[in-house]
Amino acid sequence: MTLYYSFLNYNLLNPASISWAGWFNYQYFYTDPAFFDAIWNTLALVLGVLAITVIGGIAIALLIDKPIFGQGIVRILIISPFFVMPPVAALIWKNMIMHPSYGVFADISRALGLQPVDWFAQYPLTSIIIIVAWQWLPFATLILLTALQSLDGEQMEAAEMDGAGAVSRFIHLTLPHMARAITVVVLIQTIFLLGIYAEILVTTNGGPGNASTNLTYLIYRAARLNFDIGGAAAGGIIAVILANIVAFFLMRAVGKNLD
Amino acid sequence: MGRITLEAVTKRFGDVEVIPPLNLDINDGEFVVFVGPSGCGKSTLLRLIAGLEDTSGGRILIDGKDATDTPPAKRGLAMVFQSYALYPHMSVRKNIAFPMRMAGVPQDEQDRRITSAAKALNLTDYLDRKPGQLSGGQRQRVAIGRAIVREPAAFLFDEPLSNLDAALRVGMRLEISELHNRLKTTMIYVTHDQVEAMTMADKIVVLRAGHIEQVGSPMELYRAPKNLFVAGFIGSPRMNLIDGAAAAEYGAHTIGIRPEHIAVSPDHGKWRGRVGVSEHLGSDTFFYVEDTGLADTITVRAGGNIDLHHGDTVFLTPDDAQMHRFDATGARVA
Repeated sequence: MTLYYSFLNYNLLNPASISWAGWFNYQYFYTDPAFFDAIWNTLALVLGVLAITVIGGIAIALLIDKPIFGQGIVRILIISPFFVMPPVAALIWKNMIMHPSYGVFADISRALGLQPVDWFAQYPLTSIIIIVAWQWLPFATLILLTALQSLDGEQMEAAEMDGAGAVSRFIHLTLPHMARAITVVVLIQTIFLLGIYAEILVTTNGGPGNASTNLTYLIYRAARLNFDIGGAAAGGIIAVILANIVAFFLMRAVGKNLD
Repeated sequence: MGRITLEAVTKRFGDVEVIPPLNLDINDGEFVVFVGPSGCGKSTLLRLIAGLEDTSGGRILIDGKDATDTPPAKRGLAMVFQSYALYPHMSVRKNIAFPMRMAGVPQDEQDRRITSAAKALNLTDYLDRKPGQLSGGQRQRVAIGRAIVREPAAFLFDEPLSNLDAALRVGMRLEISELHNRLKTTMIYVTHDQVEAMTMADKIVVLRAGHIEQVGSPMELYRAPKNLFVAGFIGSPRMNLIDGAAAAEYGAHTIGIRPEHIAVSPDHGKWRGRVGVSEHLGSDTFFYVEDTGLADTITVRAGGNIDLHHGDTVFLTPDDAQMHRFDATGARVA
C-alpha cells in the first residue's frame, strides 16, 4: 500500500485528482533541504541518546549495585521514568523543567545569577536528546545492572590478587563482561530511537526551522501538515531503507558480540 | 621466600566469631594443607592470608614483614580459586599474561614466562583458546599457570580440585605435588578431603569451627591424633571409636582403633560380631561388622582374598600397640 501510494500524486486537499507520479515523490523528498537536516538530526538524536544512556546506565548500574540504605526504593525511583508515557514526559520537561520563565532549570539559573536558558529555542535538538535520554536511561540501567550482577565475584577477586586496581578491573573485566548487554541496549534502543516523534511534536514541533526535525517527524509533516500522502509514503519508504542500512551496519559492528 | 606467620589472627562477621584468635607458622617451602569439615573456617583463613578478607584482630606476617593491612596484590601471593576464576573473554595466553601486564613486566619477559609455564603445564597447544573451550582439568592448569608466572612467595589453593571428576582429581593431585617439588615454593592448600591432605601435605592443619585442632605431618596425625575429632577425621575409612566397658578395659573413656589394625578371624578373637556390608576393592576388603556390642558398626580392613560373607560370624582382635586412648573430654591419653 505504502509502496503504491509513494508513486502517486495524492494530496488530501485535492483527493479527486490522483495520478501516477513515478519517482517524483522520491525526488521531491530527497531534494527537500529539510531531508538532509532530518537525517543529520536523526543520527545526532540516536547517537546522542545512545551515548548518554549507555555511559549513564553503566554509571548508575555500578552505583546501585552497591548495597546501600533504601536500595529497593532507590531502584524503583531510578526505573520509574520508563513508566511515563513519552508525550507526558515531554510536556513535563517542556513546562516544568526547561521552561525559560518557570522551569526548574530557569530557577536554578536565576538563583546562580545567570540568564535563564530558553532550551527549546536555543538548543532544540539537545533538549530533545536530554528528554529522550532521560526516558531511556532506566531501560539501559536495568539491562546493564543485571549484567553487572551476573559477574563472577571470584573473577574480581582473582584480578584483585593479580594486581589489577579498580579501574583496570573495570576495563579488563567488567566492560568485556557487559559487552553483550551493551550490544542489546544499543540494538534495541536504536530501533526505537529512529522512530522518536511524540517528544518532538509536543515540544518543538520540529523547529525552530528544521533544527529538531528528524526523519519520522518529517514524514509526519509531509502527511499531516502538507496533506501529501504520496510524498509521505515515499518518505516512509526512504526511512525504512535507511533504517535497514543502519541496522545492517549496526549488526555487522556489534552483532558479533552476540554469538 | 615464603614464610607466613599468623599471630592471634581473628575474624568476626558481625557478632559471629568465625575465627577465634589463631596462631600458626608456615615455613618457607612448606606444603601446608588446611583441612576440616565445611564451615570450619578454612577458606576464610586462606582469604585472610590472601588479603581478600580483612582481619578483625591480630597480625599476619609474610617473611617477617607485617602484611595485615597490605592490599592483596602487594602481598606477593598467588591464589587458585575453586571456580578457577579465569577471565572468559581472554585467551589462555592473555589470562596467564594478565598479572604480568598489571605488574608492567616487559613483553619479552612475559613471553618467556608464558612459554615456560605452558610447557610445564602441557598448555602449549591451547594458548590461543578461550577458557570456555577447555576441559575442567585444562582450566585448572591455566589457573595454576596464571599463578606460577607471578613467581609468588606462596601459592594459595582454595579447594582447587573439588570441581573435577575423580580420575582427574588424582591426576591433578600428582601434578600439584610435582609442581611443589620442582618450585620449592610455599603452598597453602585448602580442602575438605582428608585424602588430598594426607597425600600432598608436608604439614596438615586440622580445623574445626575456626580452632586449630592439631598441626602436624600426615603421619603424626595418623599415628597420634591429639583428640577424637582429629582421630575421626584423618584416615579412610574412619577410625573405629568405642566407648564403655571395652574402653574402660584399656583405662580410657573412648578407645580408637583403625580398620587396618584389627585382625579378622572366622573362629577365634577378642570381639565377636556378624559381617554386614562388605566392600571388595580387590587389593583390600572392608567389612562393616555389626552386633559386636561395642559400637554400631566396626569397620575392618582385610586382605583381598578373605572369604567372608554377609551374615557370617567373625572374630576381631585389635592390635593393642596401635590402640588410641582418649579421656572423657576427647583429648588423647598418652
